[in-house]
Amino acid sequence: MLALYLRDLRMGVRAGGGALTGVLFFLAVIVTIPFGVGPDLNLLARIGPAILWIGALLAGLLGLDRLFQADREDGSLDLLVLNADRHMLALTVFVKCLAHWTASVLPLVAAAPLLGLFMNMEPVGIGAAALTLLVGTPAIVFIGAAGAAVTVALPRGGLLISVLVLPLVIPVLIFGVTASYGAVNDPDPFTPPFLILCALTMFLAVIGPLAAAVALRSGTD
Amino acid sequence: MRLIAENLSGERGGETIFSGIGFSLEDGAALVVTGPNGSGKSTLLRIVAGLLPYASGRISVEGASEDFATVPAACHYLGHQNAMKSALTVSENLAFWRDFSGSERLGIGEALEDVGLGGLGHLPFGYLSTGQKRRAAIAKLLISHRPVWLLDEPTAGLDKASEAQFAGLMKAHCAAGGIIVAATHLPLGLDRTKTLEMGRVA
Repeated sequence: MLALYLRDLRMGVRAGGGALTGVLFFLAVIVTIPFGVGPDLNLLARIGPAILWIGALLAGLLGLDRLFQADREDGSLDLLVLNADRHMLALTVFVKCLAHWTASVLPLVAAAPLLGLFMNMEPVGIGAAALTLLVGTPAIVFIGAAGAAVTVALPRGGLLISVLVLPLVIPVLIFGVTASYGAVNDPDPFTPPFLILCALTMFLAVIGPLAAAVALRSGTD
Repeated sequence: MRLIAENLSGERGGETIFSGIGFSLEDGAALVVTGPNGSGKSTLLRIVAGLLPYASGRISVEGASEDFATVPAACHYLGHQNAMKSALTVSENLAFWRDFSGSERLGIGEALEDVGLGGLGHLPFGYLSTGQKRRAAIAKLLISHRPVWLLDEPTAGLDKASEAQFAGLMKAHCAAGGIIVAATHLPLGLDRTKTLEMGRVA
């Protein structure tokens, strides 16, 4: 399993892996917003957490279509399914998700504090947004894996994944943004929405890979 | 051990493409599946590997050790694609499959020597020629042990010398008690083989 994690990680960071595409997209979204919204610093600070979350969410969805498609095209997916008796398929999916998250989504989380500066957010808010992203983005990958598994056989399934997955990640977005606001705006609580966000991630870490494994199994052709 | 298939039928897109296929292979046996394009050779192999559901029938292994108790667990499947990543080196690819598949048999260097790619392990897989890629994929069969080899057009892209080399590897596998099921148009150079002709039995 460690071998699978390392292989996918290596693939992600090597040339053509596409790990940086997400970060660049994230950067593009966040940098454009102030130009569109105008130089109202208070407004920027107020919408900052939400914009960071939406940007990270969309950037996270960007590379998901390659999660299984690359393996399917070169035949690796067949062998991963074939070895299901040794390594439970859901666990294989889980490890692939973790590798994808480390290679493509963790850079987003790392870039978030810097981009928070562009949004004129205060240090506490930036920290809270980065923390909620760190905890919440795995959920996007796990549920995205189910979408990626369903659309693995479709040549242009990328957009379809986003459409399939978006409704399911809305709760993650809501609680992530609520917790980020809770850290800055005084009467709003931080801990309850943050804990619900953690629970969502753990819940989807089980459901997502299981659903993806079922889809992969019935999707082989 | 024995690999047994009884009365198998397979379908693609709701249409039955073969039915009533059966075979029983003992230790050291090789089965060559032949037939015209579209007769269901690849489908049969994928059904045996458990990658496609079968419409009816039964596939089983008997008398296998615990590690290879089910058919998918006992199989190496070499499909049309090589299942190697072009961004990684040949050695990295093989090391991954060795660690993932378990039951290590040959070292990576040894396996590469056996397929005539000795000293090329450091190259990215994408740099190899078609035939070399195929041979690297064949090396994958050698690095971890599986009693059953399911080979789909294994010699596609290989030159005469490599074909002979591969025939030697297959013979060694059979001599060690392995089982081979190969779908192919070309003679594989094996001595004692059963033949299953698809497209006639219906």
